[in-house]
Amino acid sequence: MNVLLDNLDLFGQAFLGTIKLFIVAAIGSLIGGTILAGMRVSPVPILRAFGTAYVNTVRNTPLTLVLLLFAFAYPRLEIADLSFFTRACLGLIVYTSAFVCEVVRSGINTVPVGQAEASRALGFTFNQTLSSIVLPQAVRAVVPPLTNIEIALLKNTTIAAGFSVIEAGGVYSALAERGYSVLVGLLWVAVGFLILVIPLTLLQRRLDQRWSVAR
Amino acid sequence: MTAVLYDIPGPKARARNAGTGLLGVVLLVALIGYVLYRLLVTGQFSAREWEWIQYSAIQRLLLNSLLATLEAFGVAAVLALALGAVLAAGRLSEHRWISRPATVVVEFFRAIPLLVLIFILFYGVSRSLNYNFSAFWALVFGLMLYNGSVLAEIFRAGVLALPKGQREAAYALGMRKAQVMTNVLLPQSLRLMLPTIVSQLVVVLKDTALGFLIQYPELLYQARYLGGQGQLGSPILPVAMVVAVIYIAMCLLLSMLANYLERRTRRNPKIGALDPAGKADAEGEVVAAQSTD
Repeated sequence: MNVLLDNLDLFGQAFLGTIKLFIVAAIGSLIGGTILAGMRVSPVPILRAFGTAYVNTVRNTPLTLVLLLFAFAYPRLEIADLSFFTRACLGLIVYTSAFVCEVVRSGINTVPVGQAEASRALGFTFNQTLSSIVLPQAVRAVVPPLTNIEIALLKNTTIAAGFSVIEAGGVYSALAERGYSVLVGLLWVAVGFLILVIPLTLLQRRLDQRWSVAR
Repeated sequence: MTAVLYDIPGPKARARNAGTGLLGVVLLVALIGYVLYRLLVTGQFSAREWEWIQYSAIQRLLLNSLLATLEAFGVAAVLALALGAVLAAGRLSEHRWISRPATVVVEFFRAIPLLVLIFILFYGVSRSLNYNFSAFWALVFGLMLYNGSVLAEIFRAGVLALPKGQREAAYALGMRKAQVMTNVLLPQSLRLMLPTIVSQLVVVLKDTALGFLIQYPELLYQARYLGGQGQLGSPILPVAMVVAVIYIAMCLLLSMLANYLERRTRRNPKIGALDPAGKADAEGEVVAAQSTD
C-alpha cells in the first residue's frame, strides 16, 4: 500500500498519460476506421484496393514496430517536429484503425440486404445509403466488438511507455529510482488497468442490451 | 452484401466514380510520393545508408535475431496451446471449485496489458523476489499466460458451439464425461476452431516484438541496435524497412494459412452445417485479441 500512497503523484501522472493517449487514439481510430471501412465497401475499385491493402498490411505488423517507426524513424524524415506523445497517438491510430475498419465492415454485413435494396429502390445514392440507412443500423451490431477493440487499445497504450511517453506501463523505472519495490508497483499498475477495463466492459454489456435489435 | 450497397453504375455514376477514383489516386499518390520524396531528400536511399546489408556479420546477426524471434514464438505457442487446453477444461468443468478459479485466472490475464505482465515477470519478480527471469522466459511466460487465456476462451466457445444433440447422443450411448469430450466434442470442435486458433498464433508472433522492450535480442531489438550504429551511418530507416518486410511476410503467411483453413471449413458440408453462432462469438474474441499486441 505504501508504494501506492507514497508515489501517488507518479501513478496519477502515469495514468493520466494513459487516459489522454487512449482518448485521443480512440477518437482518431474510430474516425480513421470508419473512413477505411467506407473505402472498402465503396464502388470505386482503387479505393477498395487501397483499403484492403492497408488493412492486410497493418493487421500483420506488430504494434511495437509501428511505434518504433514513429518514434525513431519518423524524425529522420525531417518533416515536422512532433512530440513523442503526438507520435505515439499517430502510431496507435494507424494501427487501431485497421481493426476498427474490419469491425465496421462486418457490422455493415449484418444489416439485412433488404434495407440497402429498399434504399436503392427509393433512389438513394451510395453515400446516402451508407450514411442514412446502413451505418446507423450497423452501429448497433458493431458496439460490442468495437468496445473490445477499444479495450485492446487501452491495453496497447502501455507499449508507448517503451518509447519515452509518460504512461502507466513506464512507472517501474521511476519507482526503481526512488527505491520502491518494482513488483508491488507493477501489481498496482495491473490493478489500475483492471479498474479502467471493468467499467468499459460493463458499459459494453449495457449498450449491448439496450441497442441490440431483434431481427 | 457489399455489392448491394450501390446499383450497377450508369453513365453518370460511372463518371462520378471515375472522378472519385481519380481524386483518391491523386491523394494517395501525393501522400506516398511525399514520403518517398522525404526519404530521398534525407538520403535514406543513398548507398552509404544501405552499406550494412553487405556485411556478412550483420547478415548473420539479423538471421540469429530472426531465429530468436521464431524460437520465442515456437515455445510460447506450444505452451499457450497447452495452457489454453487446461484452462478451457477447467472452465468447462462441472465442479464449481474448478471452474470458478479457472474463470478468474482467464479473466485476470485477459484484462491486464501483456506488456505489464512481461514487466512484472522481468523487472518485478527478478528484483523483488530475487528470482532471475531471463528476458527469453519473461517474454515466453507473458505470451503463454495471455494467449493461453485467450485460447481457453476460443476452445470453450468452440465446444459450446456444437449442437447439444452431439453431447446428449454420446451420453445416451453410455460414454463417460471424459470420453464424450475426447471422442465426440473435441474432434468436431477442433476442426471448427482451427482457423481461429491459427489467427491467434499470428498474435503470438506479432507479440514477440514486445521482447524489444525488455532487451531480448530478437529482430526488432537488433534492428534498433543496428539503426543506432554511427559508423554505419545510423541506418534506422533502411533497417526498419527490411525488418518490417520480414515481420509482415511471416505474419501474412500465417494469416493466409488461417484464411485457407477458414475457406476449407466453410466448404466442408459436415462442418458447415454446425451452428455458426458460437463460432462467431469465438471470432469476436480473436478480433479483440488480435488488436492486443
